Amino acid sequence: MPNKSNKDNCARTINRRSFLKGTALGLGSLAVPFGTSDASTWEAFFQKHFKEMNESELQSVITRLEEEYAREYDMNFNIKATGPIPGVKFGYGLDVSRCIGCRRCVYACVQENNQSREPQIHWISVLEFEKGEKWVNIFEEATKYYNPHAVPEEGHFYMPIQCQQCENPPCVKVCPTKATWQERDGITVVDYNWCIGCRYCMAACPYGARHFNWAKPRIKKKEINTEVHYLGNRPRYKGVVEKCTFCIQRTRENPGRYPACVEICPVGARKFGNLLDPESEIRYCIEHKRVFRLKEDLNTSPKFYYFFAT
Amino acid sequence: MKFIAKGNKWYYGWLALLSVLIISGILSYMRQIDEGLILTHMRDQVSWGFYISNFTFLVGVAAAAVLLVIPAYLYNFKPIKEIVLLGEMLAIAAIIMCLLFVVSDMGRPELGWHILPILGTMNFPSSLLAWDVIVLNGYLVINCIAVFYVLYKLSLGKEYKMSVLWPIIILSIPWAISIHTVTAFLYNGLSSRPFWNASILAPRFIASALCSGPALMLILFQIVRKVSKMEISNAAIFKIAELIAYAMGINLFLFGAEFFKEFYSGSVHLAPMEYLYFGLHGHNNLVPWMWTAFIFNLTAFFIFLRPKTRENFLTLNIACVLIITGVYIEKGMGLIIPGFIPGVLGEIYEYGPSAIEKGVALGIWAIGALFFTLFLKFALPIYTGKLRFNSPDSSSERGEHKGAE
Repeated sequence: MPNKSNKDNCARTINRRSFLKGTALGLGSLAVPFGTSDASTWEAFFQKHFKEMNESELQSVITRLEEEYAREYDMNFNIKATGPIPGVKFGYGLDVSRCIGCRRCVYACVQENNQSREPQIHWISVLEFEKGEKWVNIFEEATKYYNPHAVPEEGHFYMPIQCQQCENPPCVKVCPTKATWQERDGITVVDYNWCIGCRYCMAACPYGARHFNWAKPRIKKKEINTEVHYLGNRPRYKGVVEKCTFCIQRTRENPGRYPACVEICPVGARKFGNLLDPESEIRYCIEHKRVFRLKEDLNTSPKFYYFFAT
Repeated sequence: MKFIAKGNKWYYGWLALLSVLIISGILSYMRQIDEGLILTHMRDQVSWGFYISNFTFLVGVAAAAVLLVIPAYLYNFKPIKEIVLLGEMLAIAAIIMCLLFVVSDMGRPELGWHILPILGTMNFPSSLLAWDVIVLNGYLVINCIAVFYVLYKLSLGKEYKMSVLWPIIILSIPWAISIHTVTAFLYNGLSSRPFWNASILAPRFIASALCSGPALMLILFQIVRKVSKMEISNAAIFKIAELIAYAMGINLFLFGAEFFKEFYSGSVHLAPMEYLYFGLHGHNNLVPWMWTAFIFNLTAFFIFLRPKTRENFLTLNIACVLIITGVYIEKGMGLIIPGFIPGVLGEIYEYGPSAIEKGVALGIWAIGALFFTLFLKFALPIYTGKLRFNSPDSSSERGEHKGAE
């Protein structure tokens, strides 16, 4: 606050230059100083959005990332960027009456997709419900942290939840940088080099399918999967969001493989296939079973169908 | 600048205090950059917390400071120009704090340029966050231009032209409403979060902002007229106090409407409201805070409503503090956290800010306060005619303003 005891009451004088200088100084101090010099750091900093890169730019980025990963993990990664297969739209089915809540899918997913082990990130949450409780849309009575001696527990049933691969994904709509989008085969992906970590998508997702790297992801060397996809299971950075991609690194290949969760399920509760193929198993399930999708009232139109076999 | 560097011991003490808070904030932030947002208490279940809460409250302050121009104009107050200028300076400081809070919340702040148009890939008009970036920065620019223009003219000893200033002010008023509306829509548009997905959200934002912003201004007016020659009449202060009473009346009514709808219909979407005011399955961290906010707001409402109490400076100031605290709780943590509790998968994760979050937040508040103090210190003497610039080549008064610290 100004000093009231000014000896002279006459107007004080400063020149115009110092006014402008002071203003410039004040504004200048707002700018964040940058002090890094490494060439690859700058390349990473100015890397373009995945969809804006041409073939050769993408290749050079992949080479740089492979070098970076090699340095960091001391292992050779094979980063693919395989595009969607024409005429394919992936869909998923889950038989609620078969699921026994063993969580093998959860850990197979972690293993396949290089999720951080410390802190732990799981793309699949298995909810346990008591029979007769509210479920499907309201999960308040459910618990994710059940820990019995053996599953399934008497009087309980289970519902695994992961990314529902919405046709109308709220997470894509809200992303301020277009760092997440839906591919032609219906998979919603994230460009981990474009995400700024604002977490608006996490607020928007009705299924808790998006996960944030609150710390630097840590994985034991022997547990790393080096067969990776640029938009899928390649190692992530601290401060970005990640999610299930229907194992894009497996399902887009030829010959393709089932997602890890489908492969591991000991009771065959998980189904996966091409929604556009009338002969596919997933189409058979949708057409012949009693199916439902989570939170239909939100109009997200998931491509993840729950059904009852019996 | 020598003028900024001069002041009494209170001034130096204040600057020293702010400097300490800023340095501790920077240190906290550096640790957060180093180890990640894991140092906060936010997690996947509650993915926004204290930073975004403070951001939301401050958008309200920034908006309301300029909205004060409307009553000032309508009632033809004498010190309208001072009110406008002070409001705009407060708005600048508040927006700077808003931007800092958002940056602190980002996982990869260094990639912030991705959100810019042309340079990056701004998701406009789809993402409300893109809208918010535009309106907040636009608002900052408008207010900077206005303040700079006025001070520049005055500092040269010339009268500024109202014909230049009025269009800026007229633009800044609807813009002030827009920043708050867009920020409300940011939450409002998410169908996954029933607590936010209620149409009453934006109106309540505006109503509560018209309480806290002017209340803050009332306190600042009193400080300003005590330490400088700027004249702000009691009549103006009492009139603003009366307007706060109406705004709070509307805010309380809207709150009542929300409360009734949720509790009477008793649908499953009641859960966040229940969590806030009564606790849910034994989780009740926010319950005492929310009732405190409610009682504070209600008390302040009656103080501002009664002419006798609002025209007594003791009760007036008590009410100002009550209302600022009340709205800070209600439009901060009380708004953001119940969006996430219970979570979309029914999980209840009780959130409270960590030491790092508090440190960073205090640092940002201190930066805002420092900016505003320096603005005032620099602008008030120009305003009252004590500080004038003469010809460009006299350099006798040049100095560094680092000397102040």
